[in-house]
Amino acid sequence: MLSKTNLKQWLSLVCLTSLLVMPAAHAQTAEEKGLEIAKERKARDRGWGDSESTSIMVLRNAQGQESVRQMRIRALEVQGDGDKGLTIFDEPRDVAGTAFLNFSHINEPDDQWLYLPALKRVKRIASRNKSGPFMGSEFAYEDLASFEVEKYSYKYLRDETINGEEAWVIESVPTDRYSGYSKQIVWTDKSHYRVQKIEFYDRKKSLLKTLTFADYKLYLGKYWRAHKMTMVNHQTGKSTDLLAEDIKFQVGLTDRDFDQNTLRRIR
Amino acid sequence: MRLKITATAIAMLSSASVWAEQEVDIRGYIGAEGRYFAEQSSDPAQTESQFSINAEPEFYWQWDRGDNALTFKPYLRIDSQDSERTHFDIRELSWLHVERDWELRLGISKVFWGVTETVHLVDIVNQTDSVESFDGEDKLGQPMVQLSLIQDWGVLDAFILPGFRERTFAGKEGRLRGPLVIDSENAQYESSDKSGHIDFAVNWRNTFDDLDLSLNAFHGTSREPMFVPQLTQVTQSDGSVAWVADALTPYYPQITQLGAVAQYIYQDWLWKLEAINRFGRQIDNYNALVGGFEYTYVGVFGSFTDLGIVAEYAWDERGESGTTATQNDVSIAARIVMNDISSTEVLAGFSQDLDYSQSRSLFIEGSTRIGDSTKLTLDMWLFASEDMQDLAYSFRNEDFVQLSVEWYY
Repeated sequence: MLSKTNLKQWLSLVCLTSLLVMPAAHAQTAEEKGLEIAKERKARDRGWGDSESTSIMVLRNAQGQESVRQMRIRALEVQGDGDKGLTIFDEPRDVAGTAFLNFSHINEPDDQWLYLPALKRVKRIASRNKSGPFMGSEFAYEDLASFEVEKYSYKYLRDETINGEEAWVIESVPTDRYSGYSKQIVWTDKSHYRVQKIEFYDRKKSLLKTLTFADYKLYLGKYWRAHKMTMVNHQTGKSTDLLAEDIKFQVGLTDRDFDQNTLRRIR
Repeated sequence: MRLKITATAIAMLSSASVWAEQEVDIRGYIGAEGRYFAEQSSDPAQTESQFSINAEPEFYWQWDRGDNALTFKPYLRIDSQDSERTHFDIRELSWLHVERDWELRLGISKVFWGVTETVHLVDIVNQTDSVESFDGEDKLGQPMVQLSLIQDWGVLDAFILPGFRERTFAGKEGRLRGPLVIDSENAQYESSDKSGHIDFAVNWRNTFDDLDLSLNAFHGTSREPMFVPQLTQVTQSDGSVAWVADALTPYYPQITQLGAVAQYIYQDWLWKLEAINRFGRQIDNYNALVGGFEYTYVGVFGSFTDLGIVAEYAWDERGESGTTATQNDVSIAARIVMNDISSTEVLAGFSQDLDYSQSRSLFIEGSTRIGDSTKLTLDMWLFASEDMQDLAYSFRNEDFVQLSVEWYY
């Protein structure tokens, strides 16, 4: 009779053998390859804990007129669910002190609150629809949410060189039917699993926006962060640059720094 | 203007440097406003137009990464017509201390309770600065000791409120007001402590997934006064003697108010409800509620514009004999958010009284940004009322349009 330990060992041996044999038996499908890359991308970004950064958004209309937004962003990694984020606006000055609290979720709508300093009022936002623009920019709320594997289904398309990097090109279809996009084409580099470019297709399946990532810097010896993200809207000619000025990791933020009481007294 | 001041203090005994990081933040605005009234005033002392300037600087100083903070926010308005609207107030002057599961605030501050948009029933901690705006959203600074307990079962705020603030009212030359001037110099109180009565309040709130709940209680001087006519004896042409009211004296009774607030999110809908029970020796025991929904349609007709619909119903048990104009009223409003670089927004709507069918009001409020830091706001209110029993009747001639410019720094 097999003991429990023996059974486990035997089973793992069988699994291992089948894993070794399988690639030879039938080649990995494009869907499997896409999912594998997405999982590795997420795995490489686990464990950063919490972060604090200052960002500038430069909004540009089709005529080239510019307007600047300045904000501070605090983020907290949540295991097993989407991250928590708190954005405090410093400019334009008429919205200074306004703050946006977001609890991102994988399988249900995010929880969102907005703090209005003049009224000292916290307003909850019904947020099933994430496709709305963030602060008048070309970024939608969903473009700024944390990346979660379960939010898309994947299909590997081809290999391509981009920004001097070898990259996989993957088609990602949002699983949330309230997403503003029918699909995204994502360029992920092979060296560090960093996203280099995303093309967004609207619900009518035509190309809407292109997001490019630049000035990647390495933090804590493990986490890559782009310091310049440029979103171009092909349908309106407008564009937005999101520039991260200063990112600090593991500054000691906890759940308490992302609750409604903190939101009520935020500066 | 966000400055980071890093001060180095050298602790001589340990010969080690102690770094204390302090942060100072100064912000605020300076504004100018013009109001034009469409109809002739009921009092010859009043005029059809009114101009004013205002300023609200805010000084903020924090240390221990924000676990200790001082806020000072004075406010000043100077009005061309109304000596009552020309006023100074300390909106905030408080010290805040934050711990992991409690917070303490000492000083003058502001607290908002509630979820609804048209009527704020449960919101009682701060007095309304009604000369500021018609919608009652502006509040006077309230002296307070506020202790907040942050626990698994929710957040409990306990308040001690020393020092009552009288409601502000438009003066003889000012608008918007009814035919009788409210004599706020000679306010009367039920309590022998007058404005020195110490009030108490408590509020509990918690979020249960898609449901936000809060329960609160207040005991002390009512923020909403009753009005006692000041009678003067006049001898009429036929020699008979009559009493004529030529002003109203505010009378502030002692009350207890129990309030409940609920908000439920369902898809793109926010359902809201506020209810109160108020009683006291000098007032009727009564119930009132306001409830409704807010629905947001993101990206109307494939554009970047959001359309929000707000519909609310307000009810007061005292009905036509009560002290509120919204005793049985429906309000419907549309909020258009352009999501453009200038953050352009328009809120337009109307209120209909269901008891007085001829009584309604219409409002439009639009705002946009000019350049980097100048905000332009246009407000318009139109009032209609034909029944003298209706409290809104006194505002029937007060239709106005108001343009304000605020420069932020």
